[in-house]
Amino acid sequence: MTTATMPVLKHEAYDVVIVGGGPAGLAAALGAREGGAERILVVDREPEAGGILWQCIHAGFGLHHFKEELTGPEYATRFLRMVEEAGIEIATNSYVLDIAPDRTVTIMSGEGGLREVPAKAVVLAMGARERTRGAIRTAGTRPAGVFTAGLAQKFTNMLGYLPGKRVVILGSGDIGLIMARRLTLEGAEVLGVFEIMPYANGLNRNIVQCLHDFDIPLHLSTTVAEIHGRERVEAVTVAPVDENLRPILDKGWRIECDTLLLAIGLIPENELSQRLNLRLDPVTGGPVVNSAMETSVDGIFACGNVVHIHDLVDFVTQEALLAGRCAGEFARGQRRPKDNIKLVPGRNVRYTVPHSISSEREHTIYMRVREPMERCVLRLGEVYQKRLRYVVPGEMVTLKVKPEFLENFHGDSLLVEVVERGDA
Amino acid sequence: MATTTVTTYLCIGCPLGCRLEVEHDGPDIVEVRGFGCKIGKRFAEQEHTAPTRMVTTTVRVKGGVWARLPVKTEEPVPKDKVLELTDLLHTIEVSAPVKMGTVILENALGTGVNVIATRDVEARPA
Repeated sequence: MTTATMPVLKHEAYDVVIVGGGPAGLAAALGAREGGAERILVVDREPEAGGILWQCIHAGFGLHHFKEELTGPEYATRFLRMVEEAGIEIATNSYVLDIAPDRTVTIMSGEGGLREVPAKAVVLAMGARERTRGAIRTAGTRPAGVFTAGLAQKFTNMLGYLPGKRVVILGSGDIGLIMARRLTLEGAEVLGVFEIMPYANGLNRNIVQCLHDFDIPLHLSTTVAEIHGRERVEAVTVAPVDENLRPILDKGWRIECDTLLLAIGLIPENELSQRLNLRLDPVTGGPVVNSAMETSVDGIFACGNVVHIHDLVDFVTQEALLAGRCAGEFARGQRRPKDNIKLVPGRNVRYTVPHSISSEREHTIYMRVREPMERCVLRLGEVYQKRLRYVVPGEMVTLKVKPEFLENFHGDSLLVEVVERGDA
Repeated sequence: MATTTVTTYLCIGCPLGCRLEVEHDGPDIVEVRGFGCKIGKRFAEQEHTAPTRMVTTTVRVKGGVWARLPVKTEEPVPKDKVLELTDLLHTIEVSAPVKMGTVILENALGTGVNVIATRDVEARPA
């Protein structure tokens, strides 16, 4: 794939500028083309677009979008090829410093210097970054050998460095589980995966194929209470947690290890959104978006992990195609009718994306639940309900809303909730 | 009368994660229990008789823009070959440039399955 820098931009101004060339940005670029935009620019700070997919060398991507199972690099390559075939410009090694409310984008790159590029529409696709030790305030010394799981993944899969030999992993989301297997295959000893919640966050498939296959223990309701070591990690103290998720230290035990991986979640990367004063959702950490994936500032769209953390790249693609299409239409002067119904998260729903819908179009609503629940009902106000066999926080729930659901609805907001059956 | 043994598996079909029980007499399955749907029953049988896994890992690349080339088995291989296969792959070094789809190891460990590159890695500019 191309790693050449593209310092000199082809045009003075663009129809759509997309900030970030990961899976969201690449799909948004294709969407913008479908929406009728001609001059489209994707800006990415890395030497090659494709984002985190390059380091996710395991399979499991594309089952929804391509109807076949791909590895991350294969998924990225497919999208990059489509973007190249569509004649879409990608500026790599380039960084967006600022976006003005009038959609002037300030781009910096080593070779191209500082450029101010006017855009008719902008799509935010900056993705997310990993939570670090500071986010959970783990006690102890500050030695080398504490890595976020994604960084360890890049070291292992792209740069060819093994992060350590005796590894403890905190967090049972899919990244933590995948790294447990990865480091085992590379010859490290993974001593255990620790999860503060009473349930595992990753897919059962990963529990089986990443942990059980290699006899790696998973400890639920247990966390890393303290890190030991002067220069390098020498040990960690792990301990079960009480009902307030605080470690019970006298029940803790010490594990000799040289490495601690933190797989403790992602934070949407929203510095640019904050500079733009976009309305943010305190629950998702990302911008509030309408059903066109447009933020609170006209002509600024957003998609992917910058809006909310996804568990499947296929859903990122879907969301980003929509955001790009709407941005392309916006650049051509087309405006969709405004949304007339606000979505309000109710029982066992943390948030919904989008935050509002229109009664005149079909929508896909994404939502995340607070607690696992079995045999439940997803309710959209009084207008629609759907039985679900189960919900878990680690798996996004999607709902297709058709205009006919809303034919006889005249309110301006709908409560979205997931309740147990018979629990009206 | 032969005694039967019960082996349990965690179903990977969905997040419900049914606890599957396979009652067996040596290699012969007597009964599968605990599944909530067909996927679970089929998974338990497969997992008990002939478990397979897709293998993804990396091999070394000489002179590439990255130090490692990601690879995968084109088809799943028997589960008990996974560690042997990754150990073998970790002894292999290829030279950049490499194209996605290139066969890196033919007929891996006699399974009839090829291991292929899952991306392009360009040569590092001199």
